[in-house]
Amino acid sequence: MKVLVCISQVPDTVTKITLKDNNTAVDENGVTFIINPYDEWYALVRALELKEAGIAEAVHLITVGKVNTEPTIRRALAVGGDEAVRIDADSNDPYVIANYIAEYAKAAGYDLILCGKESIDYHSGAVGPMLAELLDADYIGFATSIALEGGIATVKREIEGGEETDSCALPVVISCQKGVAEARIPNMRGIMSARSKALKIITPTPVPELIAIDHYEMPPQKAGVKLIAPDQMDELVNLLHQEAKVI
Amino acid sequence: MSVIVLIEHSSGNIKKKSFEAVQYASEIAQRLGTSATAVVAGSVADSEMQKLGEYGAKKVLHVPDERLNNLHTRAYCRLLITAARQENSEVIVTLHDVNGRAIAPRVAVALKAGLVSGALSYPDLDQGFMIKKSVFSGKAFAFVKVTTAIKVIMLVPNTFQLSKTTGSVIIEKLSVPFEDKDFAIKVTEVNKVTGQIPLADAELVVSGGRGLKGPENWGLIENLAKELGAATACSRPVADAHWRPHHEHVGQTGGTIRPNLYIAAGISGAIQHLAGVSGSKTIVVINKDPEAPFFKAANYGVVGDVMEVLPRLTEAVRKFKENHQ
Ligand SMILES: Cc1cc2nc3c(=O)[nH]c(=O)nc-3n(C[C@H](O)[C@H](O)[C@H](O)COP(=O)(O)OP(=O)(O)OC[C@H]3O[C@@H](n4cnc5c(N)ncnc54)[C@H](O)[C@@H]3O)c2cc1C
Ligand SMILES: Nc1ncnc2c1ncn2[C@@H]1O[C@H](COP(=O)(O)O)[C@@H](O)[C@H]1O
Repeated sequence: MKVLVCISQVPDTVTKITLKDNNTAVDENGVTFIINPYDEWYALVRALELKEAGIAEAVHLITVGKVNTEPTIRRALAVGGDEAVRIDADSNDPYVIANYIAEYAKAAGYDLILCGKESIDYHSGAVGPMLAELLDADYIGFATSIALEGGIATVKREIEGGEETDSCALPVVISCQKGVAEARIPNMRGIMSARSKALKIITPTPVPELIAIDHYEMPPQKAGVKLIAPDQMDELVNLLHQEAKVI
Repeated sequence: MSVIVLIEHSSGNIKKKSFEAVQYASEIAQRLGTSATAVVAGSVADSEMQKLGEYGAKKVLHVPDERLNNLHTRAYCRLLITAARQENSEVIVTLHDVNGRAIAPRVAVALKAGLVSGALSYPDLDQGFMIKKSVFSGKAFAFVKVTTAIKVIMLVPNTFQLSKTTGSVIIEKLSVPFEDKDFAIKVTEVNKVTGQIPLADAELVVSGGRGLKGPENWGLIENLAKELGAATACSRPVADAHWRPHHEHVGQTGGTIRPNLYIAAGISGAIQHLAGVSGSKTIVVINKDPEAPFFKAANYGVVGDVMEVLPRLTEAVRKFKENHQ
């Protein structure tokens, strides 16, 4: 049983976003990049647990990104995993990313592909289901727990207003969120051993983008908070009714 | 040519956010000089489907297969693809929710269509089909241009105000060449939180943080929520400490919500928390610390002790409702 974990690099939530080139691009100067939290904390760690439990033989990582994403995939290897591949390309179109991953995954043959529920930059959550379609595999989204036995995946996933348990034969693509695993902090041994792990770099056959970002806009400044005295709750309710029109 | 829109229902009742999607699709259709066709799967009565006309749909394609009462994503993909091909559609609309997000990306791949997830606007047709979406946890908006002939759009629920008109629909059966693999995933257990408003769809949300001190004080949050008809949410440390169930946790690592009203009580307003709630239309912050960062993101603020303010606010809402019946 081989597991592939999809890792994307994203700006840290706490970094400030500024625009450049007439608002057509994000200024990456001074932006701290991290492993997408859903990929690191949940997808990757669950894959490692499956290996530690003797259920998975190998855990491979994959990222689609230019050379500037290499520190991020190395950091992911420090958390764990046997080897990694970086597809040397960059795109904001999940269709393109999914095609590159699918091409690699088809050739290598994985039983389980784990990704995050969404990347925290563009919030598409589209790479996982697209990958499943390209591989003609099943897809289970928003998983909160994943168990494997005898080639069957038993997955709890978020549904509207609750949770459902699905069972499905491998291969399957699953997107992970909180609950699937507990985040791990890479230790010194992990960091040291990551250096000697294989990182393959593949130049893909280019896939044309189906969407393009035209420009960005910063959200309008909030008008400023209106303070209401703690003993004037009738006034607050009136404001919510008459001014904000939300009740 | 028509614009296709996927409908979601719960035990035969069409969800409000699906009416919103229909209204959105109809408006796009009008701008494109065509009409909207709603696709309904599973057991829904004709009288219920007629309501789709009140939001602008002209036609309904119904797939009455009972298996579709469960959301088998591959089956839903196939039926959308079948409908899109039959209608020669150039635009397909779903919701940006747990269901739409499992279906729309697959459909986009199958039709080689450009996908806009998290749509917050109508397509700007003067700009060659450009749609606004929120990026970087609400810190910016991106304007995405779709360059393919067929477009798939996932609309964020609660983006547009519903307005009912008159209108009726023609209901037609759609036959879909399902394959076994479309139903390969077996649902073995379903646990729905009953008697509560699902957080993801709630228009009003009351949320508590560590300032509530402990689970024993959550009655204050629940009472206000009940009085308002709101859902309840919490900050991450609250869920981590098991004061509240995990599905209530909002923020970067929890759920993302965009209610009309978000009341945050005893929550500091850390950036990771704001990432999940900054799309809320109106934010009320109750915090005893006037320097709490949340006030910067708030529309209305109350500097005070939640233990005193929450019961007063609950009482004020009760009185308000009494006078506005
Ligand atoms: C990578 C990462 C991801 C994270 N993801 C999330 C996430 O998804 N969601 C999330 O919420 N957090 C997340 N966090 C944690 C986040 O940074 C904050 O630590 C957390 O939101 C704080 O929760 P809190 O406001 O409830 O608690 P605190 O920060 O402890 O704030 C409590 C607030 O209550 C006020 N208070 C205390 N007593 C009273 C009283 N009697 N009356 C009125 N006010 C009172 C205080 O003034 C204070 O402002 C994440 C952190 C990291 C590093
Ligand atoms: N560039 C990428 N390289 C590898 N995996 C990715 C990439 N982008 C997204 N993914 C995976 O797909 C998931 C959903 O991402 P997205 O569709 O971009 O929201 C992420 O959590 C990752 O697991």
